[in-house]
Amino acid sequence: MAVQLDARPPVAPAHRTPRTARAARLSRFDTRYSPYLYIAPFFLLFGVFGIYPLMYTFWVSLHDWDLLGAEHPFIGLDNYTPLLADPDFWHAVVNTLGIFVISTVPQLLLALWLANLLNRRLRARTTWRMAVLIPNVTSTAAVAIVFAVLFGRDFGMINWLLDLVGVDAIDWKANRFAAWTAISAMVDWRWTGYNALIFLAAMQAIPRDLYESASIDGAGRSRQFWSITVPLLKPTIVFAVIISTIGGLQLFTEPRLFNSGTNAIRGGPLRESQTVTMYMFENAFAPHYNFGYGSAIAWLLFALIAVVAAGNVLLLRRLGGGVRKEDD
Amino acid sequence: MATFTRRHLAAVALVATTALLGTAACGGGDDKSADDGPVTLTVDVFGQFGYDELYKEYMASHPDVKIVERGTGSNLDEYSPKLTQWLAAGKGAGDIVAIEEGLLVEYKANPQNFVNLLDHGAADLKGNFLEWKWNQGLTADGKQLIGLGTDVGGMAMCYRKDLFAKAGLPTDRDAVSKLWPTWQDYIKVGEQFKAKNTGAAFLDAATNTFNTILLQSAGNAQGYSYYDTGNNLVVDSNPAVKQAYDTTMDIIDSGLSGKYGSWSEEWVSAFKQSKFATIACPAWMTGVIEGNAGPGAKGRWDIAQVPGNGGNWGGSFLAVPKQSRHQAEAIELAKFLTSAKGQIGAFKAKGPLPSSPQALEDPAIVDSENAYFSDAPVGKIFATGAKSLKPVYMGPKNQAVRTEVENAVRTVELGQRSPEQGWTDAVNNAEKAAAK
Repeated sequence: MAVQLDARPPVAPAHRTPRTARAARLSRFDTRYSPYLYIAPFFLLFGVFGIYPLMYTFWVSLHDWDLLGAEHPFIGLDNYTPLLADPDFWHAVVNTLGIFVISTVPQLLLALWLANLLNRRLRARTTWRMAVLIPNVTSTAAVAIVFAVLFGRDFGMINWLLDLVGVDAIDWKANRFAAWTAISAMVDWRWTGYNALIFLAAMQAIPRDLYESASIDGAGRSRQFWSITVPLLKPTIVFAVIISTIGGLQLFTEPRLFNSGTNAIRGGPLRESQTVTMYMFENAFAPHYNFGYGSAIAWLLFALIAVVAAGNVLLLRRLGGGVRKEDD
Repeated sequence: MATFTRRHLAAVALVATTALLGTAACGGGDDKSADDGPVTLTVDVFGQFGYDELYKEYMASHPDVKIVERGTGSNLDEYSPKLTQWLAAGKGAGDIVAIEEGLLVEYKANPQNFVNLLDHGAADLKGNFLEWKWNQGLTADGKQLIGLGTDVGGMAMCYRKDLFAKAGLPTDRDAVSKLWPTWQDYIKVGEQFKAKNTGAAFLDAATNTFNTILLQSAGNAQGYSYYDTGNNLVVDSNPAVKQAYDTTMDIIDSGLSGKYGSWSEEWVSAFKQSKFATIACPAWMTGVIEGNAGPGAKGRWDIAQVPGNGGNWGGSFLAVPKQSRHQAEAIELAKFLTSAKGQIGAFKAKGPLPSSPQALEDPAIVDSENAYFSDAPVGKIFATGAKSLKPVYMGPKNQAVRTEVENAVRTVELGQRSPEQGWTDAVNNAEKAAAK
């Protein structure tokens, strides 16, 4: 439904009584200001739960802010300077980016493939389409706990299977790359179906006659997919990449619950799978209670996400640059 | 018509917006007056405090009080950040909160978050607690009492009789105690055990054992571990720390550890699957073992003397946050729970060893046996040494420093670092953590 916001009010009759004049004024007021009122709830919510915490976090990051302390002296950028030289922070950044790459790339490719399958004529199509969403509606905590058990060193099923084919047990939590892989598996399990549905929706908007004329020209299914589907899906892929970037760089629940026991927030004895959000938590809360430092980490993470998201968009534009000029 | 609809919509939007602002504004204002009607007291704990029966008794004698416990069975690592957030936000904490001794230092540095129990007649209770336990609850200037002591962590060694029998070792607790007067003897027993290939490791995790040895040797020597009493970080200069580290390295070298990271999922599974034979056992650990190993292992566990001599690990306090709206009632309940009677009740339920000298002498404690641990005379084992326990002083960032050192031990245990590298890491990371 399209609401025509600039519609003029009904024209008042020529003889103006005070009453109709008032009605006209009200009507003019309505036309001019009520649109703002319609959108106000979103901006109010965004202000209260988005802008305000963001600014408050910045304010905190400029102070020496012991979470429990009564005094919070202003220290300017003194939280940021040591942070930029903090090897544990950069270690966490590398972990986060590593997990992001090995989870997002296969995830989006897999989602694209799934969406393509679901876009065909299938029996019980709706059932299949709904089924891919089931991992997404499962609680993250439940998924993480089950995966943590699957990837257990001594009693995990994955190691048991590896043992059957003669591969030595892997200590999934104390090996950096193994930990990244296990966490990526968790993320992909949850989000592949969701992205597949988004791609599917976009695929259904592609006119069928394009495919028909392509097959008349003799293009096979895979040629059609790469030359029609993927290029026309580009805006949706950009959307999915940005959403995955934001989610991937803020990854917390999966790695946190993957590591259990004492100091799980460190993400393993050598911080094998500690993401930036976990490092933020470790500093802002137990055991350091340094809220200022934690807030500075939050702001650097914000900057990192902005940079990575912008980089992804540029990369995608470059890749598909020649295909759809009107999009740019 | 179109105008009418739009105006209608505008009205709806206006109402919605107002409602939103209204809700936001009074999000915190839904509290009922505290003066009339029954009072609900919330008690925040971690692990097992064993208060259920005591609550029932208290509620029966105080019909106007209702008690709700939160966090039972939770991990200290999950509990402490939550508590800190509640205190920082000035909202959300229970009327009584449990604080573990290692974390108490951090909370004591900011006493304004808690009710001063000395203002509420707690001074009269001083004689009800071991002297050092009472002093731990006081701020540095001695003017504010943050918490009343609950338990102390007298030390023993819990072991699996069935696994010992399988390895041809004695199973009787007195005979087992005689096997290991020192930690080096303990390692020798471990090597014998290992040679028999029972399919189980000798101990659960090097970190637990390290912590036990450290608190023991520090208690017996200087009385401090990572920080000296002047709050200087002494990780690299305190011989007790290095000595505990070296002994732990010997244990790791001999391949005795099952490497189950303490409190992890694997650790819990390893209890269930009988994957290790001994675990360093402060009194409160008996409840944890029973919970993890489950009813199926009843009678397979027993308790012997700890190698070395004595030592204290852990123990907690009950505090009343200033944000509580039922301070008076909460203080009364905290006094009840930490009284000799309350401590005896908790000990019987879940095993935390009383910090009250009267309770420690009470026949109910001295003669008590633990059915789960093959009727081991827990009263004698733990209570006898408890009054002579030597406390270990803890400095300002004790928790953060301890985390770093234990992690270094863990990296060596997992073969990620050599003992020398591990020690360097421990010292460097501890310094970094202390400076944060």
